[in-house]
Amino acid sequence: MPKRKDIKKIAIIGSGPILIGQAAEFDYSGSQACLSLREEGYKVILINSNPATIMTDDDIADKIYLDPLTLPSLKKIMRKERPDAILPTLGGQTGLNLAVELSKDGILDELGIELLGTNLHTINQAEDREAFKELMEKLGEPIPDSLTVHDYKSGFNFAHKIGYPVIIRPAYTLGGTGGGIAKNDKELDFILNRGLTMSPTTECLVEKSIAGFKEIEFEVMRDHAGNSIIVTGMENFDPVGIHTGDSIVFAPTQTLTDTEYQRLRDASLKIVNALKIEGGCNVQLAQDPNSEQFYVIEVNPRVSRSSALASKATGYPIAKIAAKIAVGLTLDEIINPITKTTYAMFEPALDYVVAKIPRFSFDKFTNADRKLGTQMKATGEVMAIGRNIEESLIKAVQSLELNKKLQNNLVSEDDAKLSLPDLLKKIQTGTDVRLFGIFTAMAKGATIEQIHASTKIDPFFLSKMQNIMYLHKKLQSGELTADLLEQARKYGFDNEMIKTIHPISDEDLAKLDKLADQHLVYKMVDTCAAEFESKTPYYYSTIGSENESKPIGNSILVIGAGPIRIGQGVEFDYATVHCVKAIQAAGYNAIIINNNPETVSTDFSISDKLYFEPLTIDSVMHVVDLEKPLGAIVEFGGQTAINLTEGLTKHGVKILGTSLEGIEATEDRHDFEQLEIKQNIAHPAGNTAVDIPDAIKIADKIGYPVLVRPSFVLGGKGMAIVHNQDELIAYIKPALKNSNGKPTLIDQYIPGTECEVDILCDGNQVFVPGIMEHLEGAGVHSGDSIAMYPPQHLTDKQKIQIVDIATKIGHETHCVGMMNVQFIATNKQIYVIDVNPRASRTVPFMSKITKMHLAQLATQMILGKSLKDLSLKPGLYPEPKKVYVKAPVFSFTKLPGAPTALSPEMKSTGEDIGSGDTLQEAIHNALFDSYHIDSSKKSGPVILSAHDFENTKLVNQLKQVGFEPQKFVSEDKMPKDITFVLDSADDTDDEKLLASIALSHQIPLFTAQDTVKGIFQPQPQFQNRA
Amino acid sequence: MKKYLTLENGDVFVGEASGDTAAEVEGELIFTTSMTGYQETVTDPSYTGQIICFTYPLIGNYGISKDVSQSKEIAPTAVVASEIEKHPYHYESVISMDDFLKEKHVPAITGIDTRELTKVIRKHGTMAANLTNHPVSKSLNDNNEKILSKIKLASMSTSNNSQTDHVVLIDFGVKNNIIKCLQDLDVDVTVVAPDVTFEDIEQLNPTGILISNGPGDPTEYTSFLPVIRKLQDNYPLLGICLGNQLLALANGAKTYKMTFGHRGINHPVKNLETGKIYITSHNHGYAVDADSIKNTPLKITEVEVNDGTVEGLRLPGKPVFSVQYHPEAAPGPHDATKIFNDFINIMHESEGVK
Repeated sequence: MPKRKDIKKIAIIGSGPILIGQAAEFDYSGSQACLSLREEGYKVILINSNPATIMTDDDIADKIYLDPLTLPSLKKIMRKERPDAILPTLGGQTGLNLAVELSKDGILDELGIELLGTNLHTINQAEDREAFKELMEKLGEPIPDSLTVHDYKSGFNFAHKIGYPVIIRPAYTLGGTGGGIAKNDKELDFILNRGLTMSPTTECLVEKSIAGFKEIEFEVMRDHAGNSIIVTGMENFDPVGIHTGDSIVFAPTQTLTDTEYQRLRDASLKIVNALKIEGGCNVQLAQDPNSEQFYVIEVNPRVSRSSALASKATGYPIAKIAAKIAVGLTLDEIINPITKTTYAMFEPALDYVVAKIPRFSFDKFTNADRKLGTQMKATGEVMAIGRNIEESLIKAVQSLELNKKLQNNLVSEDDAKLSLPDLLKKIQTGTDVRLFGIFTAMAKGATIEQIHASTKIDPFFLSKMQNIMYLHKKLQSGELTADLLEQARKYGFDNEMIKTIHPISDEDLAKLDKLADQHLVYKMVDTCAAEFESKTPYYYSTIGSENESKPIGNSILVIGAGPIRIGQGVEFDYATVHCVKAIQAAGYNAIIINNNPETVSTDFSISDKLYFEPLTIDSVMHVVDLEKPLGAIVEFGGQTAINLTEGLTKHGVKILGTSLEGIEATEDRHDFEQLEIKQNIAHPAGNTAVDIPDAIKIADKIGYPVLVRPSFVLGGKGMAIVHNQDELIAYIKPALKNSNGKPTLIDQYIPGTECEVDILCDGNQVFVPGIMEHLEGAGVHSGDSIAMYPPQHLTDKQKIQIVDIATKIGHETHCVGMMNVQFIATNKQIYVIDVNPRASRTVPFMSKITKMHLAQLATQMILGKSLKDLSLKPGLYPEPKKVYVKAPVFSFTKLPGAPTALSPEMKSTGEDIGSGDTLQEAIHNALFDSYHIDSSKKSGPVILSAHDFENTKLVNQLKQVGFEPQKFVSEDKMPKDITFVLDSADDTDDEKLLASIALSHQIPLFTAQDTVKGIFQPQPQFQNRA
Repeated sequence: MKKYLTLENGDVFVGEASGDTAAEVEGELIFTTSMTGYQETVTDPSYTGQIICFTYPLIGNYGISKDVSQSKEIAPTAVVASEIEKHPYHYESVISMDDFLKEKHVPAITGIDTRELTKVIRKHGTMAANLTNHPVSKSLNDNNEKILSKIKLASMSTSNNSQTDHVVLIDFGVKNNIIKCLQDLDVDVTVVAPDVTFEDIEQLNPTGILISNGPGDPTEYTSFLPVIRKLQDNYPLLGICLGNQLLALANGAKTYKMTFGHRGINHPVKNLETGKIYITSHNHGYAVDADSIKNTPLKITEVEVNDGTVEGLRLPGKPVFSVQYHPEAAPGPHDATKIFNDFINIMHESEGVK
């Protein structure tokens, strides 16, 4: 059926701020869908409060609302815009839930707005546990037996009926805490009683345990005519029991026979047909490794993280096709955008293996529970493509940016210290680093059988890991022959890895490589295993005899930002994409190297050529050697790209934009101090320490409190304020150990108004788009602060000073492109506290407000344009009348045990934007999707931790505003209808408990006094905190 | 040990010997894109005389199990794959793929750039090749040997369930799963060799006829065409794969050799009568010429979505139809297994008419 002509205007609801479990994949799917609908001639209205997205760019939709994702806000927009339809299945769970709310509200019927794609009845059938159970029973598809119980006896009886092992899942506890697997009566007794006690509703689900089964996912597409296909099957390396978002995943499936595969495929199609899905759908299944038995685990009737992964793994653009299906097209009418000669109605054939490894941010959340289970904890993921399991796994490991030494050597030093029995016991539990634990166990001589017994990971995957470790051992002990090196190359080992295991020079490696029969080549991702000719500019490296990637010429290389982690979020993918657009507009070919499957930048249609590769110096240099680009741009790929600058420069690659010297002038403490002294720029007193006595001396000289942090940081990793010598020593010991010889910085701690600017510089003149003021004072990481633009509490003089200083720094570092400078403003002085020689996380926020594509302008300057050429006046861009606020979003509910109090260590996973005629209005709008509070309600009880309650000034302020502040005593003494909780420390058990109660009861939680102080003002103005 | 794959066009791929490392063979080089089902694939008699290249790089991951082979032998003369697994772990596995090849004396070559090889075939079409233990200089001639003489044909065999439905299956190299699909629907199946006469078949008193899949060029089977013409006038008839081509030839249509054929389990086929599209299992290097159908009583019922290849035919007014793909799957999706039900329904309907 051709596309529908009775609808013209379609609204898409975005997924809002980035959270663990709902991240950048929805920017990718949402922007794909918008473009796909516009391609068909529809007008698209987009609502999303997350400014750090490509989907909220002016060229993606016809009209964009950066408004709160709440029912009242959406209703207002619906009344104003009166779209003909809403497409609800592309904005994650948030978009879907809001569509359901709108429908229940009746406004859709009132305004005659239709819901496109999969209908709400279906969505309910898939998402409601009971409705789903009923449907599966009707279809005769097996699901694990389960029962919701409210007392021990019923749970006990049910467990006996279905047989052990059983899983106990307590309802409404944070991250499912209190649950577990019981293998016998004794364990059931303990876990079920604990679960019932911990659940606020005294409710537990008792379910047949299928932990240890193979976890399989199918990505299905279906159109309204009932045509359906599987885009790909994916197999989790970690068996059932660990959330698929936290599992290592391979595509296609590896260990299923055709009989098993087709059985699961049949079940998936049967379910998707019964649900009458129109678009994309994810089906998760469990296959018993020892029998024909399988179970359906779950169905997601929308595009998801898995569909983004499947799209990147196969080249089949699920979201784009899903949008076309939603407007009536059938799969056989839609051209396959990869081959351009075949149709979307086919199942991709892969001739490679894809590995995905989740990226966790436990380096930031040092105390969080690293145990993996059914609650997702990863913040991002990497994907790698190879021609065998070993190669794709090793390439994915190389992409993780965890710990260079561990990634290169694979054997974990800590795990190596354990005895083999202890290590085998340790790896029974899935954690973020279990993969390395397994490698280490193998290095210690563990057999596949032993590791399988501990982990239940399929021996097929373990045998591949063992192949890697056999090779590792040979490299370590024997002579490095050309044959051995060729084998290592086939397993994905790059120079750095080999050199870590077997000391040898690059030159000698090159000589040996020449002797090999096959060499590193690039192969195309084409959805069809070379059966049809394709022109997709999407490549991966492998060892082979034919290189398919022909140099594109006149090209510029853009280094991406890799996996999303705390401190390096989707903002950097946004900047990367804009950099590419500017390069193309300037008449060059843009080449991207990146390894993040969730994002827009790794869509093959964004750049002229995409290399899906690890961001290591070796893999980037291979691309450079082939493509011979005019130069490389590193300013938009976050710290990942900046960290490659030195290596690239050494290899003779021309860095376009700020040079290595300029970058080092800001990142090297000593160089930067010289610059500041020369330019008479004030900065907090400080020095660098390489040992403990040194540190004590420096701190004594500056005077406590002092701010301590490692040099070369990302997102303030490892920063802390210490108040005395004991705290200093406690911090500095591990910091020095982990710094790889780089010194630790010790600074004077200055209380004042924090602010920051992003500057654009053509090497000569400096343009400042705006000054952003932080609501929270120094001591709270800038990424976790509420940022206000224009600044609300700076004098004109202070603003001039800030712009002057930023301009001086731009000049002195010969900045070309972008730079981010952070300040503390006091009444007396403006201090510079940090300079980042690259685009920062505030670029999308400021771009959306000023309606200037800052990353594109910066790229134009990098390519030789001057401020004048771009009609930009040096100095500060005029400030708007409206006020804009950027608020942080945290994923604490997903990370039980993680510290919650705001500190110099960044903790937020995302951000949203709010705007208004006044600061109060802008904050009010920003708080809905960030702190989930309606800040216009200025009454009701608010609970403060004992520590916060001691701040009488703050308590009085809250009373004055209209709240009833109460000190936290215990859970049962908490009143009902609490407006919010303030818990700014997480040291004592009570403080931890209070945060946990707030999170599990969905009570708005603030974890810094400054935030509360700033938001809830007795009158509109407030004093300069300095 | 090194192995040499020498192509008709002069290209040589040097890799590692696998399977029966001593054996040297020749064959028609083709590729398949299926990612699962290597055991079903290599035991499919339609691959007789061919060297099969798997585009998916990892073959043998889950070993070889007891019940899924499509015939007793490995049909292709050799196997080409990036890797062939020596140590599978699946609970049903009785032997590794590598050992299976050894046991059946079939050589294999691994470690070559199979994507490059696939592109050569895509560009130049399927071609003769040989797999040797030493470099060979002689250019190869097209393999002129009659395929038919190579496959082991069934002597007459009857499954004796004494059901009402009784299909005589004419075996040109049938896949076991075709028989199994019929038996699963309570159909009695008698398998006969293609040198059978119409009178032989009549004596078996069938309620329907199935012309099986099989290897090679359909025009080599002309001696059988008169039998088909008689059969289609007297019995409900289903042709599968080669059976589809023979039905076309018997009714005056033409077949042609495709450049590199359809081999894989991801081909969309559209039923022109219902508009429905199925993902189907394919293995054919020849196809029915669509233009040639115009001058025959046949009607095209199904086509491949991407290239329009004829995938199904019907003889209007008669309970006779055929499909080019493999509704029995094994390997591949079950989207089209309904074809067997259709066949039984047609048998029942025409019985009613009789």
